[in-house]
Amino acid sequence: MLNYLARRLSATVVVLTLVSMSVFGIFAVLPMDPAALTCGKACYPAVIEANRHRLGLDVPVHVQYGRFVKGLFVGRTYGEGQATIECPAPAFGYSFNRHECVTTLIKDALPVTLSLAIGAFILWISVGVGLGILAARRKNQWPDRAATAFVLVGTSLPTFITGILILLFVGLKFKLIDPLNMGRWISPLEDPVAWFRTFIFPWIILALAYAASYTRFTRSTVIETSSEDYIRTARSKGLSEKAILQKHTLRAAIAPITTLAGLDFASLLGGAIITESIFNLPGLGRLSIRAVLQDYDLPTILATTILAAAFVVIANLLVDIAYAYLDPRVRVA
Amino acid sequence: MTSTNMSKPFLEVKNLNVAFPTEDGLVRASSDISFSVARGETLAVVGESGSGKSVTSLAVMGLHNRKTAQISGQAILNLESGPVDVISADEEIVRKLRGKAMSMIFQDPMSALHPYYSIGNQLIEAWSLYNEGSKEDGRKRAIEMLDLVGIPAAEKRVDEYPHQFSGGMRQRVMIAMALINNPSLLIADEPTTALDVTVQSQILQLIRDMQKEFNMALILITHDLGVVAEVADRVNVMYAGKIVESGSAEDIYYRPDHPYAIGLLNSIPRVDQLESKRLVAIPGQPPSLIHRPDGCSFRARCEFADRVPGNLCATTIPTLDQKSTDHFSRCHLPESELVKARVEIGGRK
Repeated sequence: MLNYLARRLSATVVVLTLVSMSVFGIFAVLPMDPAALTCGKACYPAVIEANRHRLGLDVPVHVQYGRFVKGLFVGRTYGEGQATIECPAPAFGYSFNRHECVTTLIKDALPVTLSLAIGAFILWISVGVGLGILAARRKNQWPDRAATAFVLVGTSLPTFITGILILLFVGLKFKLIDPLNMGRWISPLEDPVAWFRTFIFPWIILALAYAASYTRFTRSTVIETSSEDYIRTARSKGLSEKAILQKHTLRAAIAPITTLAGLDFASLLGGAIITESIFNLPGLGRLSIRAVLQDYDLPTILATTILAAAFVVIANLLVDIAYAYLDPRVRVA
Repeated sequence: MTSTNMSKPFLEVKNLNVAFPTEDGLVRASSDISFSVARGETLAVVGESGSGKSVTSLAVMGLHNRKTAQISGQAILNLESGPVDVISADEEIVRKLRGKAMSMIFQDPMSALHPYYSIGNQLIEAWSLYNEGSKEDGRKRAIEMLDLVGIPAAEKRVDEYPHQFSGGMRQRVMIAMALINNPSLLIADEPTTALDVTVQSQILQLIRDMQKEFNMALILITHDLGVVAEVADRVNVMYAGKIVESGSAEDIYYRPDHPYAIGLLNSIPRVDQLESKRLVAIPGQPPSLIHRPDGCSFRARCEFADRVPGNLCATTIPTLDQKSTDHFSRCHLPESELVKARVEIGGRK
């Protein structure tokens, strides 16, 4: 097991390095001059060149990458003298548009996205998996039909429709969302009620689509598992239907659901762009979309892209470890 | 069955019918099945795939979904506490007979054990359903059973997972699990079909040993007539959901009455015949169980149908008639023609 862990961990480091390299490479060949983007419309070439030097964009790409990696571990200092900008480790770069170290921007946005992702995750897993099991157990009866209807609605209504509808006609109309709190991060430690009011609708909206597909997936997985030979064996032993479901069917069905859930959760951590935009939540999704559409803020885009990739790669590792724990066949191999 | 002073047979199946409604119509998987098995007795059920062998035994175990299967008739277990009809009894009562009064082992030991639980876990689970006692007691019993079915180093292997066992070893584990609560009836549904030939006879021997050890009634479902000759006291030959011939193993092997049974015997090599003969396959396929032909189900494949006077095979379903003591056959063919038929088929090179 330890051997397996070590192997998987080193593979993860390699993948992360490759991902960051390719993202960095793509940004280097973009037909945009990051230095030119640092100052506004009326710009002198001299200013651009000065900024280019300050941001370290005047050296070859591989040197830039080296500095980037080094910055992750020891922090980075841009420019010299009075105009020095310090970004402590882990430094992802400096956003000229926002006049902030990118790490600071991420630090501010991360709790928002975490709150959103964790809450939505809990909601969609409990609703999706619960409904899926119910539908499988009551196959072709009304609970199953109701679940099928839910799946249809949930998967076919896009988030930007459901989100806006619930925001306008429920959240704001009944004053459940405080418009003054929109766009601000409220810590659950400070004001749990306001935090909850800010997030409850985003959770529901985000969870809706996921819950629908998890209902479908859980239903089919449970039905498939129920026809396995070892379930018939369990029944022939004299186990009750309840015990068969809880101990035998779900035990086998949980593995594929875990895989899916781990990866979905990880990709959410990169930011839920649409949901965050609709509810004006200052999370990673908003940070990315603003950097892409509004600011052409390359250091921020670079950082959020690598971060999102890192989440997925790490989640993959965790899912694999969980799988080894869940499935003895993987453990030994 | 005559009920004298002797105890009744442990299992009595009477006029059992199992049908499944489908979109295409009602599938009559087994119809009008009657037989009985006593403790210590071995009943072999033979027939090709889809003849209703497994469907019948699953009905005896109460393993069909009562919502989707239409089951009628009786399957009575004569327990010490009195007879229970598995077909009509409350589902909860039948559940508590499973694993305790009757057990079943299945064809494919590769998939019949839960891949995520250790062997010990699965055995202890079966044991603790019907026994009071700590997990340690269950574990002891599990090791004892694994030892009994011939798994070496049972003490160590009890903690291993199914994928760490070979096919034959898994079937031994299945047998240990089926017998852990000392059942009176064991149904073995093609227990050796999925195994290597060398392992098959070991498993078969094990099942026979266990039957003696536990004094069980044994129903052995198989399409291997060689297996039948080795172990069976009585044989039911099934075709298209019906028993077409039933008798002692001797009767079936040396005096087969039904053209299907005769054909089956001719399709396998026999050691007791000196000349080497060509094996003869039965032409054609079994009929659909939804749109059954009128008359005898085997008629289309039967080469003697035209020797039956009055086109009886096409119009009338033959009844299961007694041919001699304990030997029944479902065929219109008159005795005189039968003798000829036996010689004809048997003499074919």
